[in-house]
Amino acid sequence: MIKLIGVEKKLGGQAVLQGVNLTIPVGKLTTIIGRSGEGKSVLLKHMIGLMQPDRGEVWVGDVEISRLSGTRLNDVRKRFAMLFQGAALFDSLSVFENVAFPLREKLRMKGPAVAQRVEEKLAQVGLEGMGHKFPAELSGGMRKRAGLARALVMEPEIILFDEPTTGLDPLMAKSIHDLIVTMQRRFGFTAVMVSHEIPEIFAISDWVAMLRSGKIAAMAPATEFQRITDPDILEFISVGGTVVLPGSHVG
Amino acid sequence: MVLNMVERIGASVVTRLQEMGRMLLFVLSAFAWLTRPPFRFSHMLKQLHFIGYKSTFVVVLTAGFTGMVLALQGYYSLRKFGSEGLLGSAVALSMIRELGPVLAALMVTARAGSAMTAEIGIMRITEQIDALDTMAINPMQYLIAPKLVAGLIGVPLLVAIFDVVGIYGGYVVGVDLLGVNAGSYWNSIESTVEWKDVYGGILKSISFGLIITWICSYKGYHTRQSAEGLGTATTEAVVLSSVVILVWDYFLTSVLL
Repeated sequence: MIKLIGVEKKLGGQAVLQGVNLTIPVGKLTTIIGRSGEGKSVLLKHMIGLMQPDRGEVWVGDVEISRLSGTRLNDVRKRFAMLFQGAALFDSLSVFENVAFPLREKLRMKGPAVAQRVEEKLAQVGLEGMGHKFPAELSGGMRKRAGLARALVMEPEIILFDEPTTGLDPLMAKSIHDLIVTMQRRFGFTAVMVSHEIPEIFAISDWVAMLRSGKIAAMAPATEFQRITDPDILEFISVGGTVVLPGSHVG
Repeated sequence: MVLNMVERIGASVVTRLQEMGRMLLFVLSAFAWLTRPPFRFSHMLKQLHFIGYKSTFVVVLTAGFTGMVLALQGYYSLRKFGSEGLLGSAVALSMIRELGPVLAALMVTARAGSAMTAEIGIMRITEQIDALDTMAINPMQYLIAPKLVAGLIGVPLLVAIFDVVGIYGGYVVGVDLLGVNAGSYWNSIESTVEWKDVYGGILKSISFGLIITWICSYKGYHTRQSAEGLGTATTEAVVLSSVVILVWDYFLTSVLL
């Protein structure tokens, strides 16, 4: 379980997070929504220790990571994987080498065992036979798939998705969402996703949290989130066109 | 008015001191990670290939012409005193003690240092460095430490090549074109160049190797998140490395003399 308690963060003198309290349920897909520039990616980076809060605590299981560094932080990070907005594939490595990277560098695996595991993950994300290509030769969607394969290859407990569908056309975005949901249901990892894809996220997420003015304005199961009566939240989720749920107050 | 000026100067000094502190911590951290397993020799060799082997052509070219122009200028000056026979000594000492380390370092800065800053900077902007962190792979250990080691080994080797090629360049112009006696050329080198001169050159080249990889890696690692930031980082890396090389050369020369 990931738990943030009173997390505050200033960037360039501007308060981005102003006391975030958030608990991410284990084995579920939780999506964080909010306006651009609200600090959603910053929040995600706090969960994996890429950023440290000015105040507050970040718990991963029973370890408080906000003041950890070096080997102790790396021990916690072994439980994580992250899919970045631009996939963050290593330019100089092929798709195969990118996916094999954590196996070779972290687990010191070699030979056919690496190839077998990589091919398996590439097949799961629909990239069979693409291992020889380099990131520059891939489309946006394929790059995200390769990034997802790299995230999955270490079979982590927690995967963070930073706007995984940004820059993709609606069909490709849907296929990436479907892939994330399929993988999450199949492997049961805890997933935290930052997304602007409203209303799609209500259909795929277990929980939805909204970040507003540096705080979590609301968090609820996806099926109940649209029943929240706060006008700001309603305005935000209505603009994207909301999925009509039974008994929903919004439509 | 005066207070404002003092405040601005003070703030600028503090900012620069902070930057210097961060740079020092950066290089200490890289060396600390160097001592921890896993040891990635293949990465170090790859960097050595990039910094060393791929800079050979430009270093040989620069060295050849530097030696040739030194011989021309040296011959012109020495002839006034009837000492053309000392041309080999003049070329070799200038090359080994000063021009070899400095010019080779400046060429490596321009070719490999700028590319290093750009490569690390792009990795920073496209979150590849963050990706390493999330995989529990320390970027200092994986990215920076092999470059530092490659700089410490590669630059002295390039300087050695520079010296040899430069001395031969001087030979071609002095002996083959200007008619200086070949025996005098080599003999004057043998009689005047001491091991102390060679050690001094090696010491300089090692420190220049560290300066280049340190500054260029640091600037790339701390690139701001924009194309403009990458351009600025690359320019700053090349300018700062070049200036520090020249200043440090002066201090080392004054100590070694």
